Amino acid sequence: MDLLHLFTYGFFQHAVVAALLMSVTCGIIGTYIVSRRMVFISGGITHASFGGVGIGYYLGFPPLAGAATVAVLAALITENLTRRKVMRNDSIIAILWSLGMAIGIIFVYLTPGYAPNLMSYLFGSIITVTSTDLWLMLALALTVTTVFTLLYRPILYVSFDEQFARIRGIPVMFINYLLIILVALTIVLSIRTAGIILVLSVLTIPQNISNLFTNRFSHIMIGSVVFGFFASLLGLVLSYYLDIPSGATIIFTLVVLYLVARLIKVVIFGR
Amino acid sequence: MSTPLIEIKNMDVAYQKQLVLSNISLSVFEHDFIGIIGPNGGGKTSLVKAILGLLKPVGGSVKHSMNSWEIGYLPQGNQVDENFPITVKEVIASGLEHGLKMRLGTTKSRQHKVEKALETVGLKALHSRPIGELSGGEFQRTMLARAIISSPRLLILDEPDTHVDNQFETELYALLKELNKTITILLVSHDIGIISPYIKTIACVNRDLHYHASNEISEEQLKVYNCPIEIIAHGPVPHRVIKEHIHK
Ligand SMILES: Nc1ncnc2c1ncn2[C@@H]1O[C@H](COP(=O)(O)OP(=O)(O)OP(=O)(O)O)[C@@H](O)[C@H]1O
Ligand SMILES: [Mg+2]
Repeated sequence: MDLLHLFTYGFFQHAVVAALLMSVTCGIIGTYIVSRRMVFISGGITHASFGGVGIGYYLGFPPLAGAATVAVLAALITENLTRRKVMRNDSIIAILWSLGMAIGIIFVYLTPGYAPNLMSYLFGSIITVTSTDLWLMLALALTVTTVFTLLYRPILYVSFDEQFARIRGIPVMFINYLLIILVALTIVLSIRTAGIILVLSVLTIPQNISNLFTNRFSHIMIGSVVFGFFASLLGLVLSYYLDIPSGATIIFTLVVLYLVARLIKVVIFGR
Repeated sequence: MSTPLIEIKNMDVAYQKQLVLSNISLSVFEHDFIGIIGPNGGGKTSLVKAILGLLKPVGGSVKHSMNSWEIGYLPQGNQVDENFPITVKEVIASGLEHGLKMRLGTTKSRQHKVEKALETVGLKALHSRPIGELSGGEFQRTMLARAIISSPRLLILDEPDTHVDNQFETELYALLKELNKTITILLVSHDIGIISPYIKTIACVNRDLHYHASNEISEEQLKVYNCPIEIIAHGPVPHRVIKEHIHK
């Protein structure tokens, strides 16, 4: 079957739109995460949210709604306990990380009847996104883009030097909490497409590819959106033709793209 | 006398119950140029942070007669991630921000101020360099430009001469002296020998604070103030101010 024909299928069109929306949201939020060295926190939020998936299954409401609630809670708890220096930041994260997974597994186990399709939460399933998923992803992509356009400078300044930003009268706490909530929501909606296990890579690999060529926050953001979308599209097509899981193929494509970019950099720029 | 810009009264500062500044009082008036000296761990940075409102005193009070964004601040090194993806120009421009502003693009006057600040610190050629690719001295100059770009009423510099070469150090202090005609300055240093010719008065900080209403101080006086720092002679500095440093 030829490539153009593939794009006429409804499911594939959905997947392409999902890939685009995911690349925009994750490109921007991922740049924030990588720049502020919040990758580990993001991993904690991701895995904690599995607790919400399990509770959702057990109580019979949409698992993604459960995941969103738990993710935002985990994000707020981590931010708050870290600020107040109640515990070491990485210890809090480790505890929430495993506690969420434990709760998730217990509730999935307790759920009577059929065993839910856990694999799609662990590894994502961009091929089966619904139009509801797409509307949610669109809303988030628009929110994130608007916030980062209007508040670009305050976000950049708070991320670079919080104490100085506070002296300049920038509402540091507002920015921090707003952004950690956006991080949590981004993670949850990306679980649908990339899965709990793989979501961290869509938030970090495009950024690291961009970072090979630029050292500016805004350029890394834009580059990540472009590289992220390119790799997702390529991964999607490959996974279709090779008949292998889409999420994993996208991650694989991202890593190969990173290696190719590195090679290009060495050849062209000599370092 | 006019009302002070900053008025500290009987202030205590602590980290998790560990008292680092005890019963401190200090008034900062318009056009002051105070050198804050003291040994490592004496509490100079803590004093500065309490003045800036970054640390809440556990006792006493700090009163300001201005907004915090009217203060220019150069923090002591290593307080920021030096590999953060931000350019020299962006860092300097952040000194102009205040409050929560939603803005797109940049204005002419903003650009003009950034260019002037770049010129003042001699970084014109490096304006679009990411800070991760600067030398220690260039980074310090960037932070200085960020502190002075807004023409603050009060300028607080926490060891601004770290990493900078001798030539820029001289330029830096000359610049501060010039700025002091209109701006009030607090300058933290542990080298009284270097800053003595530029400052007007001295505050010795070592858990408590002794204010010394002159820019000259003797070793005997420092002992009385419980401020164990060495006085080092630098080049052709008048020796009536600075006692010769003798290696033991
Ligand atoms: N975040 C912190 N938590 C706990 N103790 C701290 C913290 N920061 C500083 N201290 C302690 O407070 C005391 C004063 O520190 P401060 O940084 O104010 O000293 P300083 O005079 O600026 O020293 P230096 O010349 O080394 O910069 C020191 O004993 C230090 O160990
Ligand atoms: Mg200090």
